[in-house]
Amino acid sequence: MNFDLTENQKMIQDMVRQFAKAELEPKAAEIDKTGEFPMASIKKLAELGLMGMVIPEKYGGAGFDFVSLAIAIEEISRACGSTGVIVAVNNSLAAYTIYNFGTEEQREKFVRPLATGQKLGAFALTEPNVGSDPASLETTARLEGDYYILNGTKRFITNGGVSDIFLVFATTDKTKGYKGIIALIVEKGTPGLSCGKHEDLLGLRATANCEIIFEECKVPKANLLGKEGEGFKIALSALDVSRIDIGAQAVGIAQAALDKSIQYAKERKQFGRPIAEFEMIQAKLAEMATKIQASRLLTYYAAYQKDKGVARFSQESSMAKLFASTTAVFVTKEAVQIFGGYGYSKDYPVERYYRDAKCMEIYEGTSEIQRIVIARSLLSA
Amino acid sequence: MKLDRKYEEFRQEVFEFAHQEVLPKAKVIDQTGEFPLDTIKKLGEKGYLGIPYPKKYGGAGLDYLSYVIAAEEISRVCAATGLTLCAHTSLGTYPIFRFGNEEQKKKYLTKLASGVFLGAFGLTEPNAGSDAGAIETTAQKTNDGYILNGTKRFITSAEYAKTIIIAATLDKSLGTKGITTFIVEQDFAGFSIGQREHKLGLLGSNTVELIMEDCFVPKENLLGEEHQGFAIMMETLDGGRISIGAHALGIAQGALDVAKEFLRANPIKSQLVSKILADIATHIYAARLMVYDAAMLKDFGIRADKECAMAKLYASEVGTWACGEVIRLLGMIGLTKEYPVERFYRDAKLSEIGEGTSEIMRLIIGREVLKENTNNAT
Repeated sequence: MNFDLTENQKMIQDMVRQFAKAELEPKAAEIDKTGEFPMASIKKLAELGLMGMVIPEKYGGAGFDFVSLAIAIEEISRACGSTGVIVAVNNSLAAYTIYNFGTEEQREKFVRPLATGQKLGAFALTEPNVGSDPASLETTARLEGDYYILNGTKRFITNGGVSDIFLVFATTDKTKGYKGIIALIVEKGTPGLSCGKHEDLLGLRATANCEIIFEECKVPKANLLGKEGEGFKIALSALDVSRIDIGAQAVGIAQAALDKSIQYAKERKQFGRPIAEFEMIQAKLAEMATKIQASRLLTYYAAYQKDKGVARFSQESSMAKLFASTTAVFVTKEAVQIFGGYGYSKDYPVERYYRDAKCMEIYEGTSEIQRIVIARSLLSA
Repeated sequence: MKLDRKYEEFRQEVFEFAHQEVLPKAKVIDQTGEFPLDTIKKLGEKGYLGIPYPKKYGGAGLDYLSYVIAAEEISRVCAATGLTLCAHTSLGTYPIFRFGNEEQKKKYLTKLASGVFLGAFGLTEPNAGSDAGAIETTAQKTNDGYILNGTKRFITSAEYAKTIIIAATLDKSLGTKGITTFIVEQDFAGFSIGQREHKLGLLGSNTVELIMEDCFVPKENLLGEEHQGFAIMMETLDGGRISIGAHALGIAQGALDVAKEFLRANPIKSQLVSKILADIATHIYAARLMVYDAAMLKDFGIRADKECAMAKLYASEVGTWACGEVIRLLGMIGLTKEYPVERFYRDAKLSEIGEGTSEIMRLIIGREVLKENTNNAT
């Protein structure tokens, strides 16, 4: 057993940490306020190879492992939660899923531009009436000649407003339930594809999260990912991977809150001494750090399972997502508390961490859903 | 909990007022940050800005329990407006009612309790938060009054307040014994409003910085005695804490209201839903018993630092926790502004900070518990 990062992983950690601190953190408060998508930052991240981290070099990616991806997402999220989600969605949900299930042609045509950062990807599963139960999708795909005709609305799509490539889930036959679901790659500019309203969210406000609307949208049959009826399997497989990313995002946000809390506790004086000398504050810092470390280990462990080639790691990735997101909410709440009145104000970033962290518990399955996934895995073993 | 009928009737009256007058603006003022002056005026017209104060001073002549019921019901639909009500009643008005002389009561209390004036309370400073005894605003005595210099931060409603109770020190070397309180009118020369605070929540409440530069306060505006200020502030905060408990309780109830509305429209078959609802409802029930008990102790004239601190500590933690649970119950919609629970989530966090953090509450409770006779059950 070895907990040490490899030389390559350490190098990635250092590189991303420095970049995130210099380039992402200074913009985080502003993009949270304006909701502006950080396109310039994403271009720079692409230049560093961070938009296609786990894609082989052959297809324009960096050829790293999933532990490295988790490390990079953690460091990015530590500086800016919104940017962390954007990067995670492009890397795992879009690029890796298409790579994993795609044909050689699809990899060349879609994975390469996503991995190089020339194009941006989104994952369109959630619908207005379908959150936690993807088997009951209402978006329909009707086969007509060489095209699928898409109709329906997707909601809460990260990167939705700015993406070039959408991985869309739809049903060819509602009566078939999850067996009727297909995954289609839809390019921006396809007639019948449009963006609806921009979501005004509690946190992660700069992620171009919006509605995607399909009205008689004609998608070439060649853009079918996998086979007919495989959509549900593809979606679940994608979510298994991306829940590791959410664990990493949550660890990053929580770590940022701890960093700022330690710094503030040393500087802020009350009752004639730094508040860091008070045991109640010390106990908070200790609890925060312990939970963050546990979250990080769960997250890296889940990524390591993926790297090892374990076929099913739903349990590990759900545990990482559940524990790390709960931890992020706890840690950021404690950070606001340590900062007191200043924590409630926008003078410091902790109130943003507090809002961003809450989103981690919700998307890609709430904590309740994760518990059910974990329990099913335990009970079926 | 079965309260006397008069309280249930009063709750119903405030509930209706809250739904007619306060709720329609709650979402808008959260988005614009606009202070709802006309709503506050209506609160005054209904007598809600002086609920626990005697009629002879312009109040409604009711009691503290009635006041916390009103604070709960208003906060249940709009926590920002609820906070304005609490800060005015418990912090801006109470010190004058409790410690003011007859002239001060006639001049200020009658206007505050009847809602003609809005009141505020200036204690917190950039370097004095939990350590309220460390305030740096100075009061220099002159022949006919005092000259104040210093800066206050995070002061609720002050921009719209006619009077602000200011704590300042006559002699920093005396520590808390040097602290003295004054009734400062907003238009006194040398008194000004600094920046508006940018906050996580409660955006429809006004939170500002106060700046005093050689601000002259006539001697008749000394509140209580010189050097009595710290005791005045602490007793005021005790009562204030009950109302913050009520405020947090209202937010928790508001979150539960959202959960009920959502689940009736979108039934979810899951035992975990029952668990969430049951836990929230149970904690709200406990918080309500604690807040009402603290209010009744106050109505009996019993000083109850411990119960006030417990009510505030418990209700505020229930408030933030319940909002977080309901957001998860709703899923992604819970993060949007389609339901008010993301607003409640942002609003709720202040209750764990303002008028003494949860950590300070725990210190007070710990201290009080040790003081008690060991034969007494807590």
